Amino acid sequence: MDNVSYLDYKGKHKGLLGWILSTDHKRIAVLYLVSLIAFFLVAMTFGFLMRLEMLTPGKTIIDPQTYNALFTLHGVIMIFLFIIPGIPAVFGNFFLPIMLGAKDVSFPRLNLLSWYFYIGGAALVLISLFTGGGPIDTGWTFYVPYSLRTQTNVSLAVFAAFVLGFSSILTGLNFIVTIHRTRCPGMGWFKMPLFAWGLYSTAWIQVLATPVIGITLLLIILERFFGVGIFDPALGGDPLLYQHLFWIYSHPAVYIMILPAMGLVSEIIPTFSKKDIFGYGPIAMSSLAIAFLGYLVWGHHMFSSGISDTSRAIFSFLTFIVAIPTGIKVFNWVATLYKASIDARAPFWFVVAFIIIFSIGGLTGLVLGSLNTDIHLTDTYFVVAHFHYVMFGGMGLLFFGGLHYWFPKMFGKMYNEKIAKLGTLIFVIGFNGLYFPMFIMGYLGMPRRYYDYLPQYQIYHVISTIGSWVLIIGILILVFNLLKALLSKSNTTTELNPWGGTTLEWTVPTPPPLENFDVIPTVTHGPYYRPNLIKPEKSH
Amino acid sequence: MKQTIVQHTDLTFLIIIGISFFFLAVITALMFYFMYKYSRKKNPVATDITGNTTIEILWTVIPTILVMVMFFYGYAGFKQIRNAPSDAMTVKVTGRMWVWNFEYENGVKSDTLFVPTGKPVKLELNSVDVNHSFYIPAFRIKEDAVPGRKNYLWFEPTEDGEYYVECAEYCGLSHSYMLSKVVSMPKDKYDAWYNAPRPKEGADTTKPKSDTLKTK
Repeated sequence: MDNVSYLDYKGKHKGLLGWILSTDHKRIAVLYLVSLIAFFLVAMTFGFLMRLEMLTPGKTIIDPQTYNALFTLHGVIMIFLFIIPGIPAVFGNFFLPIMLGAKDVSFPRLNLLSWYFYIGGAALVLISLFTGGGPIDTGWTFYVPYSLRTQTNVSLAVFAAFVLGFSSILTGLNFIVTIHRTRCPGMGWFKMPLFAWGLYSTAWIQVLATPVIGITLLLIILERFFGVGIFDPALGGDPLLYQHLFWIYSHPAVYIMILPAMGLVSEIIPTFSKKDIFGYGPIAMSSLAIAFLGYLVWGHHMFSSGISDTSRAIFSFLTFIVAIPTGIKVFNWVATLYKASIDARAPFWFVVAFIIIFSIGGLTGLVLGSLNTDIHLTDTYFVVAHFHYVMFGGMGLLFFGGLHYWFPKMFGKMYNEKIAKLGTLIFVIGFNGLYFPMFIMGYLGMPRRYYDYLPQYQIYHVISTIGSWVLIIGILILVFNLLKALLSKSNTTTELNPWGGTTLEWTVPTPPPLENFDVIPTVTHGPYYRPNLIKPEKSH
Repeated sequence: MKQTIVQHTDLTFLIIIGISFFFLAVITALMFYFMYKYSRKKNPVATDITGNTTIEILWTVIPTILVMVMFFYGYAGFKQIRNAPSDAMTVKVTGRMWVWNFEYENGVKSDTLFVPTGKPVKLELNSVDVNHSFYIPAFRIKEDAVPGRKNYLWFEPTEDGEYYVECAEYCGLSHSYMLSKVVSMPKDKYDAWYNAPRPKEGADTTKPKSDTLKTK
């Protein structure tokens, strides 16, 4: 077989069919990429409209019912269609097999099926907007009893989330088996790239936690149609049972969202530092620790719900513990830069921005893990700010970071780095303008999911709305810069290793051929090993 | 003088934010310093450092101790929030889409929460429809009103004044209009309002209240 790139490869089908029927992990990754970016831009537009509505007290542009539907859809689309599949579905699919020295994932057809579940779920979300009682207005958490009482199309929307869950489970299952079974000769567990460790930890959460939300969402539908009395207090059900079941999935799910991003940081830093990562073992193990401990802290979403005081104290304690492995990662990343040789190219800028923004998000999480302060701050804008700092500043920034890191390898095109850096800078300024005022108004008592607000909060809302405009300009610069590179014919690159990375994806042709490797490689060193560095002085 | 809930919560917040800000500053400063000091121009060849067990233990143990301190402050404040004094007066709070109703021990009903300054007040929270959350930002307290559950909350106003009550758990169309007020007033004024003759059960009691407020 000659080395035709996966982009040009002609299989049994041509044109669009050649893509949507392809079981090649790289083509599936690109299918995900296109769909994810489309949904991201839709949900971003909803966010933009919400911020515009918040510019003045009372009605600015839309009525309350529309506003409630907008924040619900913003959450549902961002969470279920962008952040959760996000990095695993795009970069995991594309690069995990290559980084392991494999020709594909273990179950290529299951992989394609998971994309169909994803698109099927997305289609159901769209259909739910125009059928039944119209767009869902429960918030992305679908709390009962409100979700049982509202006339909007809850049943179809939560069924969509149920279907999306299968996409997530299948991807997780595929990655677990791929990591166990397809590592190339010589690649022991501790010679795997850290991105693979991040995906591995994530995959176990996807497989073990997602079924819980699946069943819970089905129970909502059952309750709505047949009134079985599990959640509805009027029928003897327990609304708190729903919250427990929802967060048993949804708290681990925030680690589904962030662990792959952390894995990506662990790839980008050694590449641009031109040195091995500091603390490979602790970083790899902290991913597993986060995945494990993440199951034990769901109750911190319920500190004001009326659960017993003892359980609140236990959940608070465990929440503080889960901060430790996250801290360990950040410390090791920064320590990697010590005596490095740093070339701060465009992808590195995302990592620098990530470390600052994500740290702010993580540290403000401590305030929310603490019992008395959480009781004041839960369900206020402080939580909204915290959540966006960790999720958007974490997974969102690194989604763009990963895209800029692997773009030349994926498409054989190079983008304009100066414009990418400019876009990143505007992104970061806008991001802080948008979300930082939310910390302040949250502490001052501005509840979340409010269509209208008291006049004393307006100044913060105005700054935040202006921030949203700046942020969107930054995002559009990044997106158009990449689109321009993709569509232009002049800036083609076949360079194998533009950044000087050490992992296996930089050894295959650019763009990679159908089955990645002609000859399966053999690995003899750790993933970030470089010969010819200065030997460290022994301290004794 | 005993520390109030507000002081304790604000102190906990400052301690956690203070420690956090220190870490954020150190992380950010070191990162930029390394990027400057060890840029490719200045330091073309890196040193092959792959880890250090001592420092890994240090930055695991020290943050663990610090978060335990944070937990302790939060927990101590929380115990105060949850333990209503035994001499507290009880008011039943009912949330419904989208108003708060208050019922006093003598059966008086109101849509504004009138309380005597300096007296602990225990609120018994319930809801007749969906989840609500009773939130008084000025007092740093909040607890959900969940249908079918008896949740509670207490506070002790130390100064006369009016404080906003907001619903903090999303409850549908007019969630953001589900507001009320705590009006804290001197005991004699409160007693006059509390004991004022009322026309009949379930009548609107918001009018006599404003009259009594004016007369004294």
